[in-house]
Amino acid sequence: MTEPPIIELRGVSKRFGPTYDAAARLTRSIASRMGSPPRNETVRAVDTVSMTIQRGEVVGLVGESGCGKSTIGRMVAGIMPPSEGQILFKGRDIARLSGRDGKDAKLKVQMIFQDPYASLNPRLRVADIVGEAPLTHGLVSRANFDTWLDAQLHRAGLDPSFKRRYPHQFSGGQRQRIGIARALAVQPEFLVCDEAVAALDVSIQAQILNLFMDLRRDLDLTYLFISHDLGVVEHLSDRVLIMYLGRIVEEAPTEEVFSHANHPYTRALLAEVPRIDARKHRFTAITGEIPSPLNPPAGCHFHPRCPHAMPRCAVDAPAFREIAPDHHSACHLNEVPA
Amino acid sequence: MNATVEVRNLRTHFFTRAGVVKAVDDVSFSVSGGQVLGLVGESGSGKTVTGFSIIGLVDPPGRIAGGSIWYQGQDLAKLSEREMRSLRGNRIAMIFQDPMMTLNPVLRIDTQMIETVLAHARVSREEARRRSRDALGMVGIPSPDERLRAYPHQFSGGMRQRVAIAIALLHNPDLLIADEPTTALDVTIQAQILAEVQKLAVEHGTALIWITHDLSVIAGLADQIAVMYAGRIVEFGDATTVLDRPLHPYTHGLIGSVPSRNKRGERLRQIPGMTPNLLSLPAGCAFRMRCAHADVACEAEPPVEPRDGRDLRCCHPMDQAA
Amino acid sequence: MSATIAREETPFRRFVSEFAASRLALLGLVVFVVIALLAIFASLIAPQNPYDLAQLDIMDGRLPPGSKSMVGYTYILGTDDQGRDMFSGMLYGLRISLAVGVGSALFAAVVGTSLGLLAAWLGGRADSAIMRLVDLQLSFPSILVALMILAMLGKGVMNVLLALVIVEWAYYARNVRATAMVERQREYIEAAECLALPRWRIMFRHLLPNCLPPLIVIATQQVARAIALEATLSFLGLGVPITEPSLGLLIANGYQYMLSGKYWISFYPGIALLVTIMSINLVGDQLRDVLNPRLQR
Repeated sequence: MTEPPIIELRGVSKRFGPTYDAAARLTRSIASRMGSPPRNETVRAVDTVSMTIQRGEVVGLVGESGCGKSTIGRMVAGIMPPSEGQILFKGRDIARLSGRDGKDAKLKVQMIFQDPYASLNPRLRVADIVGEAPLTHGLVSRANFDTWLDAQLHRAGLDPSFKRRYPHQFSGGQRQRIGIARALAVQPEFLVCDEAVAALDVSIQAQILNLFMDLRRDLDLTYLFISHDLGVVEHLSDRVLIMYLGRIVEEAPTEEVFSHANHPYTRALLAEVPRIDARKHRFTAITGEIPSPLNPPAGCHFHPRCPHAMPRCAVDAPAFREIAPDHHSACHLNEVPA
Repeated sequence: MNATVEVRNLRTHFFTRAGVVKAVDDVSFSVSGGQVLGLVGESGSGKTVTGFSIIGLVDPPGRIAGGSIWYQGQDLAKLSEREMRSLRGNRIAMIFQDPMMTLNPVLRIDTQMIETVLAHARVSREEARRRSRDALGMVGIPSPDERLRAYPHQFSGGMRQRVAIAIALLHNPDLLIADEPTTALDVTIQAQILAEVQKLAVEHGTALIWITHDLSVIAGLADQIAVMYAGRIVEFGDATTVLDRPLHPYTHGLIGSVPSRNKRGERLRQIPGMTPNLLSLPAGCAFRMRCAHADVACEAEPPVEPRDGRDLRCCHPMDQAA
Repeated sequence: MSATIAREETPFRRFVSEFAASRLALLGLVVFVVIALLAIFASLIAPQNPYDLAQLDIMDGRLPPGSKSMVGYTYILGTDDQGRDMFSGMLYGLRISLAVGVGSALFAAVVGTSLGLLAAWLGGRADSAIMRLVDLQLSFPSILVALMILAMLGKGVMNVLLALVIVEWAYYARNVRATAMVERQREYIEAAECLALPRWRIMFRHLLPNCLPPLIVIATQQVARAIALEATLSFLGLGVPITEPSLGLLIANGYQYMLSGKYWISFYPGIALLVTIMSINLVGDQLRDVLNPRLQR
């Protein structure tokens, strides 16, 4: 039998809602008895998403704000549990792993965060930020700590002599390197990069992207690369998933997505990505706002903005089906006989 | 061509406890009506401070330390705060990255817009309301009558930014300064805003300065591009000239590091080093620490010189490298 | 790479230099330190032990400032109705006031911070229970709660301390919870969770230190509040025993003589109280400015 995928999501959903204490429950029940039922305050941030990621792959997850891509990243990284469905690491449900197995599985999946300022504890020195977890988990001994730390910092492109400094003494790019060193220090096999270069200056972005590519080669890493920037995703990824309002609408190998995009949303995104090769022209744009995830449109979530919307799009949610080898899309247009 | 605004040798410095920060250091450019100038630079390059200097919003410890900003025969750098206030929001307007810089969270949209109209125009309240409604319609806000009665928090980020743009456009300004107004917005919304602003610039002959850190955003919008680095404009010319044949190694590096300009999956061409700290700039060319072509000549400050259809501040332009 | 930072700049050093930017706050700090030193070394500085009844001479009662005592030294601030040297009485009173103020603020901080952190961390029912208790606590005027407690427990320094802790902890709990709720959403906490660090470690090493800045501000304000509250309680006769007067009790003792021209018995302790609270508030105000992330310069 072949090796199980390194990460697999099976029908994963995540709901966020306020937790009501006794007082809030009381007021809500009074309100509903008086004839004004309380509004739905539960957001379905991720709606029955399934995906598999094979060892060594780079999978790009693309979508606009509020589409649930960061929530997926956090669930994969074990920061928050799914409301429904299972997340499997190498074929084993991480929710059922406990004790040593659970901890090991957790350490094997690490995350690189978007904000290089908020993602580092401002009160710890670089040495503590990078070294705390490995020391706690016994991955490095106190005796070897100094040489080990220098090697970790060096690998992330940081000068080891900076290890006694605090995060505020570094630029955004260097901080992101500290975050990368911290994640790599626990010897992960899988990295979730959540908009990891979005907050960086353009001239620094390329440096960090190159570091990701070097690390992938040197350490045999697998990535889930979450971004709103199609250019970055196109460059790095082997396969791309497009999300809209909690659902995956299209999935295909990178070249296929960029040459034969199927879903109208994917096509709109591709058309509107700012390109450096563009020259002065008249802009046109798809209309409409991104709906609130509190109250998503029925049927296909994209139908109010879709130029090809049909009556049934407002009623039925389209199935996610294979339209070409390895190319899946969720659009009713694909069911119309040609 | 008659320029709407002409900035000459502008210097805006911040006199902090840690030293003098030359946020804008000898910057010159001009924009004409109906034209779009893309002002591009990374964090700390002085692009935002340049915009704030034009509209007179530089706060202490910063101040304009030299140079002039010519608008209709008067030097904005020398105007009093009162004179500036009569121009600001009227003839010269600005939209910010965060629309809440413009909007007051506790006032309804109509109150804010009508007050803005009445601040600079002697019209009735009904007329002011009508103009407000038209402005909302112009930036693509559906059912503007209803929207006028809403509060800012009832709008999405993209809608708020549109309202801010509508407010900026109430008096058909001669000059509109846009400071990364789409950076926090999604791609599809960004495209909408770009389309609206472009339409307005063309239809009303407004001169537009679009400040951004991302060359890609303005590649399709700008007529002219000014690239800033460490408080100075290093390259300024027609968008096609600058983007197709960049001569400054920094511009060249920026364009070259864009992923789409590289072969998929291969290492990107990168600019080494970090964005410089303005408090400890090296003498001479500020980019020389990161520049592959730098030599002793770069230790003297390069002057601005015309070259191949643009203004360039570099001793070793890319067309010279052998 | 060019290293631009010559000297190692720790967050603490930066904090000190920002604090020192205000002369007024520095003055407040200096005054407070002097007051604290006076209070701590009261027994060495004071010419008389005002608690030792054997040293008091009722014949010296209510002498104006500058009078000579029977044994030869000068009552520079006069005496009270017991013949106590006001200056000595104030130093000792200051000691009690400060000890009660600082001590109660400290204990309340420990109790309130622990409960607040716990509420933020556990969420759900524990959170609701703790926060409703806080609401209940804060819905009564502090003076009323303190009076009730002292009426039950009786007078005494320790009882005042206990009453003040009970009155104050809720402020810490509410503020710490609010800060911790914000901080725990931050990515560095998520990163710590991702690194499978033990929960107690995330709470005390990552969350708590980042909740401290607002806590320090509240603590200074609460010290000032506690001193004022203790003075009020003592003034009302429910605080410290009459044999060990605090500033508040000294003021109360002289109150009845105010109108008969013997102002000093109340006046000087009043000034001492005022200066103490002012100096603490000056320090607190600057701390609030320096530690407020929204006012970063």
